Amino acid sequence: MNRAELNSHEDRLQLIKSKLKWRYAKENIFRVSGIIAILLAVSMLAILFISIIGSGYTAFQQTFIRLDIKFDQDVIDPDNKKEPEALSQADYSALVKTALSKMFPDVSDRRERRDLYSIVSSGAAFELRDMIMGNPALIGTTQQVWFPADDDVDMYIKGHIQVEAEGSGRIKESTVQWINALTESKSLKKRFNTTLFTGGDSREPEIAGIWGAVVGSFYTMIVTLALSFPLGVATAVYLEEFAPKNIWTDIVEVNINNLAAVPSIVFGLLGLAVFLNFFGLPRSAPIVGGLVLTLMTLPTIIIASRASLLAVPPSIREGALGVGASRMQSVLHHVLPLALPGMLTGTIIGMARALGETAPLLMIGMVAFIVDIPTGVFDKATVLPVQIYLWADSPERAFVERTSATIMVLLAFLLIMNALAVILRKKFERRW
Amino acid sequence: MKKTIGMTLAAIFAAAVTLLPAPGTSLSAAGRDYISIVGSSTVYPFSTVVAEQFGKTTKYKTPKIESTGSGGGLKLFCGGVGVVHPDITNSSRRIKPSEVELCTKNGVKEITEIKIGYDGIVIANSKKAQRIKVSRKDVFLALAKDIPSGVGESLIPNPHKTWKDVNPSLPNIKIEVLGPPPTSGTRDAFAELAMEGGCTTFGWIKDLEKKDGKKYKAICHGIREDGAYIEAGENDVLIVRKLEANPNALGVFGFSFLDQNADRVQGSIVDDVEPTFENIADGKYPVSRPLYFYVKKAHVGMIPGIKEYIGEFTSDKACGENGYLIDKGLIPMPAQEREKFRKDGKDLKDLSL
Repeated sequence: MNRAELNSHEDRLQLIKSKLKWRYAKENIFRVSGIIAILLAVSMLAILFISIIGSGYTAFQQTFIRLDIKFDQDVIDPDNKKEPEALSQADYSALVKTALSKMFPDVSDRRERRDLYSIVSSGAAFELRDMIMGNPALIGTTQQVWFPADDDVDMYIKGHIQVEAEGSGRIKESTVQWINALTESKSLKKRFNTTLFTGGDSREPEIAGIWGAVVGSFYTMIVTLALSFPLGVATAVYLEEFAPKNIWTDIVEVNINNLAAVPSIVFGLLGLAVFLNFFGLPRSAPIVGGLVLTLMTLPTIIIASRASLLAVPPSIREGALGVGASRMQSVLHHVLPLALPGMLTGTIIGMARALGETAPLLMIGMVAFIVDIPTGVFDKATVLPVQIYLWADSPERAFVERTSATIMVLLAFLLIMNALAVILRKKFERRW
Repeated sequence: MKKTIGMTLAAIFAAAVTLLPAPGTSLSAAGRDYISIVGSSTVYPFSTVVAEQFGKTTKYKTPKIESTGSGGGLKLFCGGVGVVHPDITNSSRRIKPSEVELCTKNGVKEITEIKIGYDGIVIANSKKAQRIKVSRKDVFLALAKDIPSGVGESLIPNPHKTWKDVNPSLPNIKIEVLGPPPTSGTRDAFAELAMEGGCTTFGWIKDLEKKDGKKYKAICHGIREDGAYIEAGENDVLIVRKLEANPNALGVFGFSFLDQNADRVQGSIVDDVEPTFENIADGKYPVSRPLYFYVKKAHVGMIPGIKEYIGEFTSDKACGENGYLIDKGLIPMPAQEREKFRKDGKDLKDLSL
């Protein structure tokens, strides 16, 4: 096809028409491949959610067993001293055992008795102790108490483990009979698992909770926010509004961009060397975790803040300077307020990233088994993603569903934070 | 708009400031009032249970436990004396002379050693497949990097592809073993107990131990790297899941995971002994190892509750035959040995290697 052929108008029209179909087809292919890409991404996300929710939703319920506990004076406080010290030392598990034996009087074999006692959580004794410590007047009375069932019983009720012949499984035939008897007498039922949200970590799945990790995450995030936001904004304002453009500011800029891409474990090593070994800050404390995560989030915040400062039109600054404002006044009164929504969005996204981070915390000892709920930023603490990691590694089967449940809680937090960022942006953003 | 943002910010900082305690109180908090424990990931499931019991039944705070691996734990433990250093380290092997040296160099002069019980290392496969019956020699021949060629005292790279190649009585399936990486204490113990046990069935290699210890170790502990042994990371839960998905594969992990997942996987019979609780406790099962923890004596009295923690760990209630650790998969020591270590813990007896 050479130029001469295209000379006439007719010819050209012909050529365009003949190619038109192919051009439409190409456009369709382009669009469809875009849709396929989105569908793929969405289906991956759906698979992730379905697998997590599917294996985790059962954790929000826990099997409870009702027992009639007789708070026997002879067992709890034989000398009638009524001293807290004596009351806390008493053998409360004996009360649980007595109640169970009374319920199933024909269990006499030693081994079978042991199996029977183990259908109720070993946390039951502590629960009774707390009841008595809170109200010593209960001694001598008989109360109906709902106890969490042992994790194996719970798993059996939820259908996660089956009975196997010859005692090779975790649940024996005899246990199943007891469970059936309890179910018939309405002494066994599933209830909402509040312990999961209010308890600290435990090695007994039925009394383990994420509250300790949530509080630890909260303290860590507060430290991170209190340090990284002012530092990040100040850095961005100086670099964008005041700093001269020379080789030094260029070097700073390159380094900031570079830091944003450094793997987070490196910050953990830095934290170990500087904050723990040099400054002697306590291991496993949210203050150190917060410092390390500050290092990690700072570049993100600086970059986002600079971008939003850059988006403020120069006319605003010039207007302010024109009516006689100083440089500082123009920045503080006019530019910064306009740029803040963007800065906040960047901060929240940076914080959301920090909330899901475990690698840098490994180095500074926040990946640890901690039962007590932390009481401050210098107390020992762990964080939500670490809790997930620790539970995923535990041999007890009941931790599988609890791991997924914790992932759901973490995802909910992240979703809330990201939604907040979107709302803030939508509400305060200004376009020029 | 300005106001709203300003107020939000003010609220955030007010919250931050009130939550940060005054500097004075913070520094006094650095004088730790809880026990800090590091060390083996194998002992971790047991020491955490003890710590929890200890925290709930005594007036002391619950100890903090980090799972750092035996080697990593001893390194931290031997870092020095003072609140920033851990008080106790768990270990799935005995402390090495080089580590004692490191400790002494850093001022950690007096250490008490407590043995808590045993752990069996099992070779297991999915319940969907047939139970495997192997000898330690089979394990060595299947997994060693180089094996004796059969001609004189020479070695050849491991040619075995299937278990049948190793021993005609074994099934005709591909050798595929999922196990821990070299950083793991479980791997060390597996190499030492299972591999070395099979390795020494060859007379000339056994003789080599005295002549050329280095070469002996290289032969006996060297695990093949051609894909038959798959390093599955430190997460034993993961290995159990993978075994379930692949009935032809075998996995290597601690007994407590077999105990907890008895409905999914079965332990292979090694040298005609099944890995059951009783067989490991009797010492019949060949692939088992002792577990320890080490206490820094200088910290006793400085950190509250260390002696009481040792007391709880060594009590019959914990590691006795019906103790709560036994429910978690620990294999108890004979009564006499338990008594000895209980006494050692009470007297804080010095370590002697």
